[in-house]
Amino acid sequence: MTNSAAAGFEPLENLGPQILNVRGLHKAFDDRQVLKGVDLELYRGQIVALIGSSGSGKSTLLRCINLIEQVTDGQIFLNDRDISDPNVDQDEVRRQIGLVFQAYNLFAHLSILENITLALRKVQRVTKAEANHQALALLDRIGLADKADSYPDKLSGGQQQRTAIIRAVALNPALLLLDEVTSALDPELVGEVLELIRDLKAQGTSIVMATHELSFARDVADWVVFLDGGQVIEEGPASEFFGNPQHPRTKEFLTRLNRRS
Amino acid sequence: MSSENARLGQPSEIELARRAFRLGRQRRSTWISIASTLAFAALVWLGLATSPGWARVQQSFFSIDVMVQAIPTVLDGLWLNLRVLFWSSVGVLVFGLTLALLRTLRAPIFTPVRLLVRGYVDLFRGIPLIIVLYLVGFGIPGLRLEFLGRVPAEVLGTVALILTYSAYVAEVFRAGIEAVHPSQRLAARSLGLTYAQSMRLVVLPQALRKVAPPLMNDFVSLQKDVGLISVLGAVDAVRAAQIQVAHFANFTPYVVAGLLFVLLAIPTVRLTDWISVRLAKREQAGGVL
Repeated sequence: MTNSAAAGFEPLENLGPQILNVRGLHKAFDDRQVLKGVDLELYRGQIVALIGSSGSGKSTLLRCINLIEQVTDGQIFLNDRDISDPNVDQDEVRRQIGLVFQAYNLFAHLSILENITLALRKVQRVTKAEANHQALALLDRIGLADKADSYPDKLSGGQQQRTAIIRAVALNPALLLLDEVTSALDPELVGEVLELIRDLKAQGTSIVMATHELSFARDVADWVVFLDGGQVIEEGPASEFFGNPQHPRTKEFLTRLNRRS
Repeated sequence: MSSENARLGQPSEIELARRAFRLGRQRRSTWISIASTLAFAALVWLGLATSPGWARVQQSFFSIDVMVQAIPTVLDGLWLNLRVLFWSSVGVLVFGLTLALLRTLRAPIFTPVRLLVRGYVDLFRGIPLIIVLYLVGFGIPGLRLEFLGRVPAEVLGTVALILTYSAYVAEVFRAGIEAVHPSQRLAARSLGLTYAQSMRLVVLPQALRKVAPPLMNDFVSLQKDVGLISVLGAVDAVRAAQIQVAHFANFTPYVVAGLLFVLLAIPTVRLTDWISVRLAKREQAGGVL
């Protein structure tokens, strides 16, 4: 117990530069308060796992960070720059943040290769040859090089989701947001996606992921945040959080999810 | 035995019986359709041939002699229709798409533009084409704009066609743009593409695919409506036919022009069907129904 707790604390002691800092974030849709003052920090190369039941505000938090939603109050700092300031160039901010959706959202009219190269070519102005080269190398890494010319509807859910993650990673974002990327997948396809995320962590990608995969969060996350009703109820190093939850609602949530799986 | 066959890739006896049954049904329906078509044709023929004025109608509408003489001039006129068709199609696509894009702009600064486009679409979808033709065809020359010189009737007709059809086509485009799931735009924006880039590279290509059949449909209507420019005095197929009708005191040239327009439309109609079927197959919906 003590051992695992110490192991969990270890990466926190030599923290890299701070990538993301969310301060007192509020988000309301009309009268409905979805986020009620959320704080969140992420240091380079870390994975922070957001857990919580549906409707707890996980997706909304990620969408606010990617500036898809306008925040109602609070601030978001990316590499020490306040990106919630309305004066920032939002397109430019989004170029630094990759977001992967639960439903993959691959472009239906483009091949797998073109899905990955589109933003490389049009946003980062990489030449077509170079973009294809990079994309093929990434596809090769996830074992989908032979699918380069296929269209998304010909791929399995797991293959589509891995493509979607690679599409975001190809742009080399400072921060990668994963929004329940395994929730729409058959159980036997979840593994291949989690494997890819593990891979990204090994390469030092900074990730915030909303997830229902508790055992995976325990495995790879450095820090776990439990959201409930738009508030952070409890947070801590993964081993600490799962090994010794403090708040009654956390305990209830964890037992409920464990019982189900 | 039958399971043995299945393993060898041979259909089972049950399946063979089902196929024989379906084949029998198919043959029966083929015979029924042939019989009913013949019966119907016979009825129509009887009705025409026994009507008292049939001989005269045949003479003044289907005279082979007049047909042969009228065809060259009517074909000359049709060439003008084809040119008008080409330029109005190009104009309609460009102007219609522009209208649709202006209407999808959400920023408050574009509110007047959006309202203007909406008013335009309402107006030109409501007003009969022939009135637009008269207003443009006689109104614009009436302005006596020196720098325009004398504008030929077919050019004014093309302008009127573009004005009217763009309103329809804009709505088709808009429906297509709205039919692309918002998650596609979201994915594009979250990759850092700008609004214009997402529209051009992600939304429009998918929207165009969705609206290809209705667009082709509008093209078929345009194909015959180009004949209406004759009201401005342009010598197109309809106008040429009219002149021939007066010359021969016989209506056959009208039939000739009508048939030529039908011939013109058939390839487009078939192409539209083919595109629709291909799209339906791609969606793989429907099963056997």
